[in-house]
Amino acid sequence: MIVLASTSSGIFIQTMVNGITLGAVYALVALGYTIVYGIVELINFAHGDVFMWSTAITLVVLNSMHVSTAVYGFTLIGLLLLMIVIGAVVSGTLNVVIERLAYRPLRKAPRLAPLIAAIGVSFILENIAELWLGASGISYPDFFPNGGIVLGDVTIQYIDVVVVVLTVGLMYGLNMLVRSTKMGKAMRATAQDPEAAALMGVDINQTISFAFLVGGVLAGVAGVFYSLVIPVYAYNVGFELGLIAFTAAVLGGIGNITGAMAGGFLIGVIKALATNYLPNGSDLSDAVVFAILVLVLALRPSGLLGQQVPDKV
Amino acid sequence: MDGKLKALKSMLELQNINTFYGPSHVLQDMTVKVNQGEIVCLLGANAAGKTTTMKTIFGLVKPKDGKVMFKGERIDTLKTDQIIKKGIILSPEGRRVFSRMTVRENLEMGAFMFTNTTQVAEDIDKVYALFPRLKERDKQISGTMSGGEQQMLAIGRALMARPQLLCLDEPSLGLSPILVQTVFDTIHKIRQDGVTIFLVEQNAFMALSNADRGYVLQSGKIIMEDTAQNLLKNDTVRAAYLGG
Repeated sequence: MIVLASTSSGIFIQTMVNGITLGAVYALVALGYTIVYGIVELINFAHGDVFMWSTAITLVVLNSMHVSTAVYGFTLIGLLLLMIVIGAVVSGTLNVVIERLAYRPLRKAPRLAPLIAAIGVSFILENIAELWLGASGISYPDFFPNGGIVLGDVTIQYIDVVVVVLTVGLMYGLNMLVRSTKMGKAMRATAQDPEAAALMGVDINQTISFAFLVGGVLAGVAGVFYSLVIPVYAYNVGFELGLIAFTAAVLGGIGNITGAMAGGFLIGVIKALATNYLPNGSDLSDAVVFAILVLVLALRPSGLLGQQVPDKV
Repeated sequence: MDGKLKALKSMLELQNINTFYGPSHVLQDMTVKVNQGEIVCLLGANAAGKTTTMKTIFGLVKPKDGKVMFKGERIDTLKTDQIIKKGIILSPEGRRVFSRMTVRENLEMGAFMFTNTTQVAEDIDKVYALFPRLKERDKQISGTMSGGEQQMLAIGRALMARPQLLCLDEPSLGLSPILVQTVFDTIHKIRQDGVTIFLVEQNAFMALSNADRGYVLQSGKIIMEDTAQNLLKNDTVRAAYLGG
């Protein structure tokens, strides 16, 4: 995160911009936690690593295309879209396969079983990446040019604008999908009462796969955005980011889509403010985030936008 | 009774069904038949296996052996969402409406297998004609409605699937006597529209007064089967289910 501004108000605005951009990434990943939790009541601890695999594969693809410096114009648009599509396909497919192989066989098992399975999958995903690309960080080909909109002593990087605009667009699309499409209705019905949904003719397995697909796609896109903002790949990048995004989902009210979006942006801003304004902020910012998690769980377990309507009457 | 005048055509048949929950043998060699145009009720005390019978028919629980036939076709090998596409639908025990959806969204869910939105909108109007109360609540979140309204919604939602056979699991449970009467009046109206009805009830008097035939289920076994009129007069039934 770069803070170039010199005045105190400039620093504040710059910090907010950085926070909102990272918040967009957290929000996209948080959506995956919340959608999956909403439908199968599982905290998918492997989700952060599903995100990481998008950064890993796009890194390898970019290297094999010999991209190492900024590109411009249509090349930039084309390359950005290509990476987004690759990231989305990789993480979407991965999430669907994980559900099929690791979680579905345990669907009727006690809840702890799939949770442990998720932790196991997380280790598997990290270890494979570590074996493949090594344990040390690799710099990500930052093909997005520097520069941005200058407002006084504040510079809003173009990449920040692109990430936030595309994220908001994806969220709008997700809302439409869940509200208005048949698949979205099937997801909502399954989340509320899977047996009753099956009695309406909803194919439960297909709907659950679809939920994992949507969550994975969003994490895949987030992986590309993250890599362009913080251009360093590491096999364990998904661990911490996953926990922060999970906190965002809990903060917004796990299972609640709007909550995850709001929670993501909120955590991004809080983390950026803590990094910049607390002494040793970059070391403390995670502690601040998890202190918030503990507070939310203690004071408002259903989250800021948690369900108000009772499930069963 | 209308049913007797027509040739008896089998709609639903449970043939020697055995269903287990773990080690407990819940349905024991159960055989039940529902003919086209009939209202058939299945009576039994709590835990006799009534809801398990419904779950077995709809594939929510798989029988260990025996067959479930719908219009001559075996359905116990199918998944729930495939079973209901055959034209058989369940209004489940405890209503199970989607409490965070509006009344209209619930009805749309009932028509989930159809893609023709004009048809769905027309069917919603038909349900609203049957239950004017629901029409007033069109946009209300269904979890905030009373139990009686939710029961109407559950039945209306089941009708949205355009079923040939409507199965109702305890439709009168928890309702006031006036509402129970309304529910049974509605059941007759639904039958007049050509829908066959299979009903599970604890309220034996209401069920037998409104049904053509009945079965009595005790500890997972069918112990009696007769016309509803005969069952109403039967001493065992009177003693066990009608309060003497």
